[in-house]
Amino acid sequence: MNYFEVIRAAAPETALAITALMVLSVDLIVVRGESVARRFMTGAMVAILGCLMAAIFTFLHYGSVDPLHGLLVVDPLTNFLKVTLLVLAIFTVLISAAGTFTEHVGEYLSLVLLGTIGLMFLVSAEDLLMIFISLELASLSLYILTAFNKRNSRSSEAALKYFLFGGMSAAFLLFGFSLLYGLSGSTHLPEIAVALKGRGLDPLLLVAIVTTVIGFGFKVAAVPFHLWAPDAYEGAPTPSAAFIASGSKVASFYILAKILTMGFAGAEGSAVWHGYVSGWTPVIAVMAALSMVLGNLTAIVQSSVKRLLAYSAIAHAGYMLLGVLANTPSSHSALLFYVITYALTVLGAFGVVTVVEAATGGGALANFAGLSRRAPALSLCLLVFLLSLAGIPPLAGFIGKFFLFSAVVGADAGHLGLLWLVILAIVMSAVSFYYYLQVLKQAYVLDAAENAPTIKVPPVTMFALVLLAVLVILLGCAPGLLLRHL
Amino acid sequence: MLAWTIYISFIGVLVLMLLPREAARAARIVALLTAIAGCVVAFVGAAQQPDPGEVMTIVKVPWIPSLGANYFLAADGISLVLVVLTGLAAVAGILFSWNVEKRTKEFFAFYLALIGGVYGVFLSFDVLLLFVFYELTIIPKYFLIARWGSTRKEYGAMKLALYSFVGSHLVLIGLIATWVVARAQTGHASLDLMELSKVSFPLGFQHWVFPLVFVGFGILAGLWPFHTWAPTGHVAAPTAGSMLLAGVVMKLGAYGCLRVAMVLFPDGARMWQNEIAALAVIGIVYGAGVALVQKDFKFVIGYSSVSHMGFVLLGLATLNTIGLSGAVLQMFSHGIIAGLLFAVVGRMVYDRTHTRDFNDLQTMQLGKLLPFAGVTFVLAGMASMGMPGFSGFWAEMRVLWGAWTVFPVATILSGLGIIIGVAYILRAVQKAFYSDAPAAAKSGHDHPLEPITTPERIGAAMLIAASLIIGLFPGLLLNWLQPCLNSPLFERLLKGGPL
Repeated sequence: MNYFEVIRAAAPETALAITALMVLSVDLIVVRGESVARRFMTGAMVAILGCLMAAIFTFLHYGSVDPLHGLLVVDPLTNFLKVTLLVLAIFTVLISAAGTFTEHVGEYLSLVLLGTIGLMFLVSAEDLLMIFISLELASLSLYILTAFNKRNSRSSEAALKYFLFGGMSAAFLLFGFSLLYGLSGSTHLPEIAVALKGRGLDPLLLVAIVTTVIGFGFKVAAVPFHLWAPDAYEGAPTPSAAFIASGSKVASFYILAKILTMGFAGAEGSAVWHGYVSGWTPVIAVMAALSMVLGNLTAIVQSSVKRLLAYSAIAHAGYMLLGVLANTPSSHSALLFYVITYALTVLGAFGVVTVVEAATGGGALANFAGLSRRAPALSLCLLVFLLSLAGIPPLAGFIGKFFLFSAVVGADAGHLGLLWLVILAIVMSAVSFYYYLQVLKQAYVLDAAENAPTIKVPPVTMFALVLLAVLVILLGCAPGLLLRHL
Repeated sequence: MLAWTIYISFIGVLVLMLLPREAARAARIVALLTAIAGCVVAFVGAAQQPDPGEVMTIVKVPWIPSLGANYFLAADGISLVLVVLTGLAAVAGILFSWNVEKRTKEFFAFYLALIGGVYGVFLSFDVLLLFVFYELTIIPKYFLIARWGSTRKEYGAMKLALYSFVGSHLVLIGLIATWVVARAQTGHASLDLMELSKVSFPLGFQHWVFPLVFVGFGILAGLWPFHTWAPTGHVAAPTAGSMLLAGVVMKLGAYGCLRVAMVLFPDGARMWQNEIAALAVIGIVYGAGVALVQKDFKFVIGYSSVSHMGFVLLGLATLNTIGLSGAVLQMFSHGIIAGLLFAVVGRMVYDRTHTRDFNDLQTMQLGKLLPFAGVTFVLAGMASMGMPGFSGFWAEMRVLWGAWTVFPVATILSGLGIIIGVAYILRAVQKAFYSDAPAAAKSGHDHPLEPITTPERIGAAMLIAASLIIGLFPGLLLNWLQPCLNSPLFERLLKGGPL
């Protein structure tokens, strides 16, 4: 084993870990006693510099290496995903500037960074143990981030719920992994696939598939393992919820697709209409269909924008699962395109919610009334984000859906056997238009209460939101910019 | 050249967004200049088209190579007719919304965004691009109605937006399936309308995908029984909104039916020809019948739109050159006439009297108070009835002529629709303007009605002139349409053998 190679391969994560410690110590030592806003600015600056540093290290290492036999696989795709995760972390830090939920800024920022490290290791892992450890590192950071608003008991409740569900899902995952190891004698995904080849679907393998899918079902909040999501999103400080919905989603979907397509290669089965074969794709198909239907229908009746976004996240997880189950190269790149653009969009949407919450004291639909008058630029950003989530062209969300759905249908071009899932998805996304429009109706059609003051948006947050909105429009008009990396 | 119709409109949106909030007058002028510039470009571009029978490429650059999508704008005779219509309707709509005082700049920004999207649909020859522009029009429609409308505006706006969105999603399913099947068949991905139209899709596939796409677009064209968004949407919309909805937005649907559904799936069109004709005739008679019994002046016009759009769909269902040219001519004609009717009802009458109820209007003697409005409505009504000399005559004539050879019974029934059309227009004229009911004993109207303004006069004159010119010289448009319908693009649709 060449240690120098390992250090080079892990340089971005190492840089980020050092930054996390630096943020903590700068907050404790250098800016102690200053105002919260100042401490936040200093900490955020250090954190962002660290992220940029890590991104530079990632770019410097643009080859493909696998120094630890699957524990840390570095190739152009994982590098690109790591840069994406770093970008999402930077945006999370920037939109946190508008929040007023904590005075422990050092801890908050370093937890965001630690979570990012976990997610970065996760996308690099091709080994069950490493997958589990990095997933736990990310998850533990996210649990604490959810609980960060100590003044609000709902925040602790949400964190506890998230933690208990998360712990249970980790148990399921470990159980599945242990079965896989027992069946194949290896923790390395390609070796597992080789060992499982030709065994057929014996009951043990089925149990392994189902428990693994359950474990990740919790992570990506797919029905019926979604119950924690609305409460966690609502109770958590909004920037934390944004991070859960964006960075964590990207990494979880990537690794889910990797485990299923790499580790369970040969046990796919088929979810084709009238051509059902048991395996993991039918399991995913059922989860996808349930998520799309339940997520979209439940979102309609929500009165809190954060809960609405949580249910819409469940629905979007359903669409993304289609990309997993189609299992072709084009569906995988479509899935990554979709989940990355979704992460950028939802981060922006949560950013707007953060500002509105800070200004009006709540995130209910009614708090958005007359937003277009009180903060024109902010509500224009909201318009872009929500319409992109609804899939209106020429925004990124539309083109992502088009890529994804055409790749899914194209996976069985001869018989259009997966068309039934795509029809369900498209019909449900027509439903979703209604509730996104409800939010925009508040912002653009209804009037604010008499003499409601204009909303002051912190310049840092406004900058981040405008940048995100521009990205969403740009990726919708010129998707090739992103697609060629995937 | 013609592509600038789209760009100018969106540049106008940007300029409006940069204006200060209070600058209502500046916003109006910017909007009007933008619309006029777009209209001029449309006319000049159309006049420069060397051969309307051919599809003239305006721009074609690769957009998303992995999907085979291009940024492909082009025009043939049908596009030209509709682009010119859009130009006229856009200018007229702004003239008739000169009195919008509430958040003027946002109103016109949404308005121009809608116009830009409409131009885009009529000029796109890439299916994905067409779809992008098509969906782009939904959002401005929603906000125009929900924010600046009247009578149950939020309900009407939401209904319209959801119907449009559901329709476009049916189209999306069809598009994705078509893309996949065409790729499997030809070996390379393409969304180019010209290329896709050369692919012979399997009959079984066309059998289900054609109705999906046709109905998806047809929802916006007021296809019965999916027309119910139209009357509520038209009534709820502000004047310019209903003028655009009836004038151009419904044409988007009909255009999509013709350009995408029928051109790509000619065999599917033949399989479903009778069903479409039946729905079209039901729409014609039903729309006219319901218009006859309305109490609200604007609902009369709203339902008349459903009836007149039925002629467009009937013309499409004929699948012969005469019927199709009639259908496009009817799109143009109805765009002008419906715009004018809504202008009279919404701007000239409702904005002044604040009522559209026939019972109230009867007591007001509007024919004397607003003679200009009365005369305009009579002229527009005559055009709407299909009086010779106006554009509606030639359009409906050709549709019926085309339909006679294919569906004689349906043709006779549609004739019934025309007769009811005469009845509801005369009823509206009589009740709203020239009633001999005694004037109400000094109602709340102590102040005299505001006189008809210059922008209104110009707008009305413009639309009446357009209808008259096409009524007297239908060849102006038919010379664009006939060669276009004889082009290879429509060959398989019009000359296909038996199934």
